[in-house]
Amino acid sequence: MTGLPWLDELISLVLATLRSATPLIFAALGGFFSERSGTVQISLEGQMLMGALTGAVIALKTGNPYLGFICGGLAGVFVTLVFAVFSLKLRMDQIVLGTGLNILAMGLAPFVTKVFFDSTGSTPSLPAESRFTSEPMFLLFALIPLLLWWFAKTKSSLYVQFAGENPTILSSLGKSVLKIRLYSLMTCGLLAGFGGASLSLFLASAYSPNMTAGRGFIALAALIFGKWKPGPTIAACLFFAFIDSLQVQLQGSGLPVQFIQILPYLVTVVALAGFFGRSRAPAAIGKPLEESK
Amino acid sequence: MCKFNKLSVFFAALLFFSLCQASNKIGLVLDKGGKDDKSFNSAAYEGAMKAQKELGIELKYVEAMDSNALESLHRSFAKRGFDLVIGVGFAQAEAVNKIAAQFPQTKFALIDGEAKQPNVKNLLFEEHEGSFVVGVLAAMASKSGKVGFIGGMDIPLIRRFELGFREGIKFQNPKGSLESNYIGVTGEAWNNPAKAKELALSQFAKGVDVVFVAAGASGTGVFDAAEEKKKLAIGVDSNQNWMKPGFILTSMMKRVDVAVYETIKEVHQNKFSGGTFRFGLKNSGVDYALDSFNKNLMTPEMKKRADDVKIQISSGKIKVSDFYKVKR
Repeated sequence: MTGLPWLDELISLVLATLRSATPLIFAALGGFFSERSGTVQISLEGQMLMGALTGAVIALKTGNPYLGFICGGLAGVFVTLVFAVFSLKLRMDQIVLGTGLNILAMGLAPFVTKVFFDSTGSTPSLPAESRFTSEPMFLLFALIPLLLWWFAKTKSSLYVQFAGENPTILSSLGKSVLKIRLYSLMTCGLLAGFGGASLSLFLASAYSPNMTAGRGFIALAALIFGKWKPGPTIAACLFFAFIDSLQVQLQGSGLPVQFIQILPYLVTVVALAGFFGRSRAPAAIGKPLEESK
Repeated sequence: MCKFNKLSVFFAALLFFSLCQASNKIGLVLDKGGKDDKSFNSAAYEGAMKAQKELGIELKYVEAMDSNALESLHRSFAKRGFDLVIGVGFAQAEAVNKIAAQFPQTKFALIDGEAKQPNVKNLLFEEHEGSFVVGVLAAMASKSGKVGFIGGMDIPLIRRFELGFREGIKFQNPKGSLESNYIGVTGEAWNNPAKAKELALSQFAKGVDVVFVAAGASGTGVFDAAEEKKKLAIGVDSNQNWMKPGFILTSMMKRVDVAVYETIKEVHQNKFSGGTFRFGLKNSGVDYALDSFNKNLMTPEMKKRADDVKIQISSGKIKVSDFYKVKR
């Protein structure tokens, strides 16, 4: 508290933005890996839900939020492994598959909570000592420069990009596109799972039904808004989170809340219509691999 | 011999099922928040569980995953010959109205809504009266004079809480102000604790030190925020004082549990009658919660004042505006 009311409000707005951006950025970066490597990823929501659920369950059982967070990430990996089996191996349509996994995650959660806590769809509240105060946020902001460096400077990031743009070149170099897509998918699951776990262990204090509330899809919108580039994608997430926090602040100021709530989506639509330059998806996205690798 | 065995098993089963039918079958259709929202739906569930334990009725409950499922849930209970089907929540009014007309032999109860069929018992609560009382308490507990309200979905029912609460604050402290926020405009608002927490934190940052939350399962987010910032919250529907002892000033209880229990009891004793029943301060349908978890937060003056206000509202001396009527 600085004594200056406007500065206090600004600080609380910035902090609120960073907090609510955390799960979004995790998920959007997950989507980044998946989509850049050539896999359409609309099951971020399902991965986040599984991450949130597993994180809460493990943290409740062990009392250790870090363990919960890691297991939340692994739960996301598990979802993407299922995704990989069906999309890479059995060449199933990725949109249908992603939708299926989202619905599966929604249905699995009440089942799990019933078995563990005799509760349909939510876990008991986590005590203060077994949840985070801000650690996932710091982890994320430590991870971002590392990721930006990886994207700009490393050979492996080029492999990922080629898997999504022109997989035939990659396979002519003797690289396995399948493997690169698999690893990218797993990274996606890990990050989206972290995003979900940061929701249940950091922003809230329990798992409640469908607690992601569409954040997986907002992350996807951010990815598209950010033209499938990591920096702009993160910026888009921050922008969406900022609008959300601003809306919290502006409620009761006379401006209709509903209007501010549609702002992020409106901006996305406008952006996709080409007003901020073209946003182009990776060329080979959603196309299954040729039989002869 | 073998055949005979099978036959006897069959008859035993038949006997068993016919015995089952002798006890009252009660179907409970819970709202989106689910039986573990520790608030509104939990209260309904507890009332039904109490009836199951004490009256030996047969209870089946379901949770509506989305509003489109409500109608078929009610229909399937009615079709299977349940004696009483209870719909919990304003969102079920339409479904109950329709299904009750199709199954005139089945009894229905509806909480927080009105269906105009003779076989429906509508259980309405005077939320504004209870909110007024906790408003008085909030104004007394607040040091800054700034009090907050966080509603779940922006609907008239929750506006009713807000208006009563606002009047309670003004009644106690004419200079007091109310900061009011809503989580959203869709059903997701009942299940978004992360957003609720952000709203609470932003209110606390503005100097608010007591927040009343009426947002179903999202309420836990506000309690977390109160604990973090060492402020006070007020729970809703169920007695939520136990959830964060020391940080929950009191709870505005809607005795949904009592209403559900009493309705089941009426069916059990064959005394059920349709129509609209209102639960207010007068018949303890709404109340503020006082127990071992919040007794250190409530001073004797606060308790005295609250009980005094309760009597004045019951006797009609204080008129609390009802959002349903103000609007029209």
